[in-house]
Amino acid sequence: MDLNMDLNAPHSMGTTIIGVTYNGGVVLGADSRTSTGMYVANRASDKITQLTDNVYVCRSGSAADSQLVSDYVRYFLHQHTIQLGQPATVKVAANLIRLLSYSNKNMLETGLIVGGWDKYEGGKIYGIPLGGTLIEQPFAIGGSGSSYLYGFFDQAWKEGMTKDEAEQLVVKAVSLAIARDGASGGVVRTVVINSEGVTRNFYPGDKLQLWHEELEPQNSLLDILNSPSPEPMNI
Amino acid sequence: MNFMASKQPENSLLGPEADSQRTLYPNVTGTSVVALKYKDGILMAADMGGSYGSTLRYKNVERMKAIGKHSLLGASGEISDFQEILRYLDDLILYDNMWDDGNSLGPKEVHNYLTRLMYNRRNKFNPLWNSLVLGGIKNGEKYLGTVSMIGVNFEDDHVATGFGNHLARPILRQEWHENLSFEDGVRLLEKCMRVLLYRDRSAINKLQIAKITEEGMTISQPYSLKTYWEFSAFENPTQGAVGSW
Repeated sequence: MDLNMDLNAPHSMGTTIIGVTYNGGVVLGADSRTSTGMYVANRASDKITQLTDNVYVCRSGSAADSQLVSDYVRYFLHQHTIQLGQPATVKVAANLIRLLSYSNKNMLETGLIVGGWDKYEGGKIYGIPLGGTLIEQPFAIGGSGSSYLYGFFDQAWKEGMTKDEAEQLVVKAVSLAIARDGASGGVVRTVVINSEGVTRNFYPGDKLQLWHEELEPQNSLLDILNSPSPEPMNI
Repeated sequence: MNFMASKQPENSLLGPEADSQRTLYPNVTGTSVVALKYKDGILMAADMGGSYGSTLRYKNVERMKAIGKHSLLGASGEISDFQEILRYLDDLILYDNMWDDGNSLGPKEVHNYLTRLMYNRRNKFNPLWNSLVLGGIKNGEKYLGTVSMIGVNFEDDHVATGFGNHLARPILRQEWHENLSFEDGVRLLEKCMRVLLYRDRSAINKLQIAKITEEGMTISQPYSLKTYWEFSAFENPTQGAVGSW
């Protein structure tokens, strides 16, 4: 509606995606909102996609672009696994993503976080933002919702967390981003990857902690109006 | 030496720099307002969000206000413009009271005033960036109307602004009927607000419902709605199609 839109400004990516390492593997997390403009096209999307048995990727930005890149990389990794004779490493998966993102940088609009576990390096997280930079990090945040989490992670991130601490941190962070970013919402999905395998978790919107100025959900106003008044004070 | 930077772009079609006050784009915005006529008067619902672009910045904004004795105004769009409209209406009601003639402005008159206000600003290319819902009841006659930022106005049994037009009106067209009870009206509005919460990016889960009847206006305390996420398809959406959304 604004007549003064800067058509050359970078497109802000809807979504909140996170990947953190802990002392045995990685935890990936994401919200579930896909929007077209201001309309929520899908309120329960799955943004954490499998590449191999032990490597997953969090996707943000254009749905089409991120899907195509993942599909190609899944295909390449499948062939690579057959040739190698053993599971692909997280580093290889991340580099394949980088190859596609970098060489098509003028046409693609997708930011990805690759996370997984392999026997050589353990749990690893790689961030691959717009442009195709590859950066290995102890934790990575991405998407439009991540703007609200830089301060939070500066304070809350610690090296050597346990699996449960890491997962709770991810759920808390995505939930905080959902509270403030209009482009993020819905449920929080997490994927935990370690030497034992992969676990998917699902945290529906109404089960998340309440933040500032948020209220306990009710069935209806009528329940509030019909509830008994509080006890008067006794002097 | 000219230290003052000019605010005007070079290829501007605008008039003198004196009108650097015009609204070019909204900054802090409110989303949908939904309202319907029921047995005793009007019910109106709006959430308490003030968005700053895509950031959900303010979560305690009251977007519905009583006007005089007989009317209720709900607004979506730029909050500062809504506050300016409330100032205009304060003056209007004050002068009406000063007459002290036993007559008071009803909802139909206030709606007409707002229409003129919005349309005249539009003609000067300096709109008040709001969509307004004006409801009320006077001498037993219920009234519910709406005015947009370009001055389009009409009345109906149920109205909505913004996304409410696309998501709430269809529900209301199916389920609204004459002489709804208060409980049914509230439930119907909550149904609409829940859909807006699921599908409107700028909606927040904190709303108020206001009621205006012959007795006067009441506005509920802020509260949140329960939402449903437990469909099995939601828990595992990519079961049949690995790699999809």
